[in-house]
Amino acid sequence: MGRYVIRRLLQMIPVFIGSTFLIFFMVYALGDPVAALFGDKAPDPATAARIRRDLYLDRPLWQQYLHYMGQIFQGDFGTAFNGQPVTELMASAFPVTLRLTVVAIFFEIVIGITLGVVSGLRRGRSVDTTVLVLTLVVISVPTFVTGYLLQYLFGVKWGWVRPTVSPDAPFNQLILPGIVLALVSLAYVTRLSRTSIAENVKADYVRTAVAKGLPRRRVVTRHLLRNSLIPVVTFIGTDIGALMGGAIVTERIFNIHGVGYQLYQGILRNNSPTVVGFVTILVIVFLVANLLVDLLYAVLDPRIRYA
Amino acid sequence: MPEPEHPAYDPLQPGQGEAIAPTGQGGPMDLALDEAESLEKTLGDQPSGPREKARSLWSDAWRQLRRNPVFIISSLMILFLVVIAIWPQLIASGDPLQCDLSKSQQGSAPGHPFGYDTQGCDVYTRTVYGARASITVGVCATLGAALLGSVLGGLAGFFGGWGDALLSRVADIFFGIPVVLGGLVFLSVVTSTTVWPVVGFIVLLGWPQIARIGRGSVITAKQNDYVQAARALGAGNGRMLLRHVAPNAVAPVIVVATIALGTYIALEATLSFLGVGLRPPTVSWGIDISNAASQIRNAPHMLLWPAGALSLTVLAFIMLGDAVRDALDPKLR
Amino acid sequence: MLLEVRDLHVEFRTRDGVAKAVNGVNYSVDEGETLAVLGESGSGKSVTAQAVMGILDVPPGRIAGGEILFKGRDLLTMKEEERRKVRGADMAMIFQDALSSLNPVLSVGAQLGEMYEVHRGMSRKDAKAKAVELMDRVKIPAARQRVGDYPHQFSGGMRQRIMIAMALALEPSLIIADEPTTALDVTVQAQVMDLLAELRRELNMGLILITHDLGVVADVADKIAVMYAGRIVEAAPVHEIYAAPAHPYTRGLLDSIPRLDQKGQELYAIKGLPPNLLAIPPGCAFNPRCPMARALCRTEVPPLAQVGPDRASACFFWKECLGG
Repeated sequence: MGRYVIRRLLQMIPVFIGSTFLIFFMVYALGDPVAALFGDKAPDPATAARIRRDLYLDRPLWQQYLHYMGQIFQGDFGTAFNGQPVTELMASAFPVTLRLTVVAIFFEIVIGITLGVVSGLRRGRSVDTTVLVLTLVVISVPTFVTGYLLQYLFGVKWGWVRPTVSPDAPFNQLILPGIVLALVSLAYVTRLSRTSIAENVKADYVRTAVAKGLPRRRVVTRHLLRNSLIPVVTFIGTDIGALMGGAIVTERIFNIHGVGYQLYQGILRNNSPTVVGFVTILVIVFLVANLLVDLLYAVLDPRIRYA
Repeated sequence: MPEPEHPAYDPLQPGQGEAIAPTGQGGPMDLALDEAESLEKTLGDQPSGPREKARSLWSDAWRQLRRNPVFIISSLMILFLVVIAIWPQLIASGDPLQCDLSKSQQGSAPGHPFGYDTQGCDVYTRTVYGARASITVGVCATLGAALLGSVLGGLAGFFGGWGDALLSRVADIFFGIPVVLGGLVFLSVVTSTTVWPVVGFIVLLGWPQIARIGRGSVITAKQNDYVQAARALGAGNGRMLLRHVAPNAVAPVIVVATIALGTYIALEATLSFLGVGLRPPTVSWGIDISNAASQIRNAPHMLLWPAGALSLTVLAFIMLGDAVRDALDPKLR
Repeated sequence: MLLEVRDLHVEFRTRDGVAKAVNGVNYSVDEGETLAVLGESGSGKSVTAQAVMGILDVPPGRIAGGEILFKGRDLLTMKEEERRKVRGADMAMIFQDALSSLNPVLSVGAQLGEMYEVHRGMSRKDAKAKAVELMDRVKIPAARQRVGDYPHQFSGGMRQRIMIAMALALEPSLIIADEPTTALDVTVQAQVMDLLAELRRELNMGLILITHDLGVVADVADKIAVMYAGRIVEAAPVHEIYAAPAHPYTRGLLDSIPRLDQKGQELYAIKGLPPNLLAIPPGCAFNPRCPMARALCRTEVPPLAQVGPDRASACFFWKECLGG
């Protein structure tokens, strides 16, 4: 197990370098970070040249990247457009998005798995068909459409919730945005658990469990669920990173000042340190989430553990 | 979507109750059968072997598709969308860019059933014309990603070795970048108003998924006995890959690509909504929804029509993908 | 009588129609008795067993008629909860493929102990101790150390021993073994079969052995029922069948066993394929493959008729068959 963890950690390194370099390349090589500093004004050539030198922008790209990463690992993420250090923005934004993601994952697990298990066990019945049609619809309607619709209905028309979230973003205000963020993934979790349950129901070991005279409840919870949920757990784990990245749309709709909001601002204002800094952290979150999923997988499935 | 009735028992499907399967396996009594089967496998090096297998998979799938209402409905919807995307004039006589500010946000009027948007443009005409951008992006991005992904994934799976390892790591790198985020970063530096940067970006982030599927199915197909037999009989790599492996590995790629088409259309709309996808004067549902969103309290019709059209389009492709998957993947029947 | 199956009918609904898997099967097993049920895949032997155990997939399966009397009570009219308590405790089943039949994510100890937890209300700790005992009993070496291992960590033979241990856990009166040795290496087959036979004798259980391997049957079984297309075509004490089969299908089966004294001769094979259960031929289901078939066989279904004191055959021409 220990060796497995180390091997996975080592595999993460090239992926981390590759992903961050790719983003770095897009921002620094395709955009013009210096011009962005001056906004609409034309930069004074001498000043621009000095800034380039200070930021290592006159060096080859790989040197710039190394310089940037070196600074990041010393805790220096650079300065945002409003003069604040990027780390300060992160300190305020990440907890908000983390709360939003927690709410979303919660709904994914509770509603998604429940619906999936129920419809998987009643495959072909009306409950199953209804759930299938619903998930199809949910997957088809893009998040930004459902977001505005639900905001309009619950926030404006019926006034059940605040249409926008206050800056400190407490959990109770994040319920609706959390559901909106979770919705598409929730539908996938439902379908995945349904398929998995429906396949495993026919498995020989389930037949054995029935032949042992176990009560149906025990057959389902102890034998069927544990095996069926392995792929679902994997999906939810990899989804954590995707949710944090995908929160941009939701945060924009509900005016939540989280990671997506800051990133969006950073991109609009062409502020490279903000963009690359946030993306780097997101990539790390994504990789760590994937690692945890792999480890969890090994815990859930002994065949992997001893392989 | 599988048929809503009870899953019918399929006597050819193993695992559901081998006892009544009409063809047996193992045991001295099934000697004749075993022999016939192994004969078929050893004959696999002849092109008729795997090709026939592939052909029967396709004709089986086609027979099942034709009876599936989900497939019929979704393909009619898609046919309609494609026709509209090519000839929007067929059902919309107006010009989507000809707007009258005095009619800003007005409701439906004779000849203008969906009303007007903030600029005073006819929402119906714009909704009809919006199909073109979505369909173009969806189809082109899917073709690109599927081609790139299946070629790279297929080669990596077939030859293995360091190329395979490299491809897997490169795919991991692309998986490490959240899609919407990557789109924001990448497309915000592009200034073109055509659909091609969006298509290019989707291909760039979409191919690893297809490569992964293609690689997996090539590895599975490669392990089939008749492929091994063909190798043993000295078939060359190119012939093996094209004649024996590819026809049997292509089904999962088609399934994933069809479903991806729907999600790519949704992705294009999301990027356009965020202001980095398509740009005016291209008529796009994403842009229209974005513009309408801030006015949802005053004029919800501006949001509902393009949003409905977008959702139905995505739905049609996802339904098609579902139907194709059910037909091509006997395991899921 | 421990178990009596009377006129059992089982159907499966399929895409292309109704498959009649079992068409009026009768058989019985007494305490301490071993019945071998013989037949090709698709003959309905496993489906009958699944119906007896109550583990048929419904739908698509459906019991269309008949009775299954276990210790005098009809299992088919019993309440499900009552039936569940019989299952595993008083009637247990051993499956063919132990690797797929054992739960891959639970330790074998947990899977064995579960029997005691559920049916006897034991604590997890006591159940685990019982699991070790069981593993000792089926001669798994180092049982105490291996009780926490997972199925994939055992060899095929050891896994099948665990299946046997699980079936024997609560000392049931009836065991159904569905091709218990088919998935094993030839060298291990005999060991596992001997173990099963030995434990059966010790506990004086009834055993239904489902197989297509005539070699196994001769050593273990007391009587044989041969099935074809969902019917019993011949039933007889084991030595009588080997001496002289009373049905051409049984004869075909016996003739297709390789024999040392006929070295060099071509192996006999019953010609043709087992019937399609969606369209069982009219008359005797075996008639298209039967070397003795006449006009009568193509129109009339031969009943399973008494042909000796403990013997029955479903062939109009059983006398001819016995004679020649």
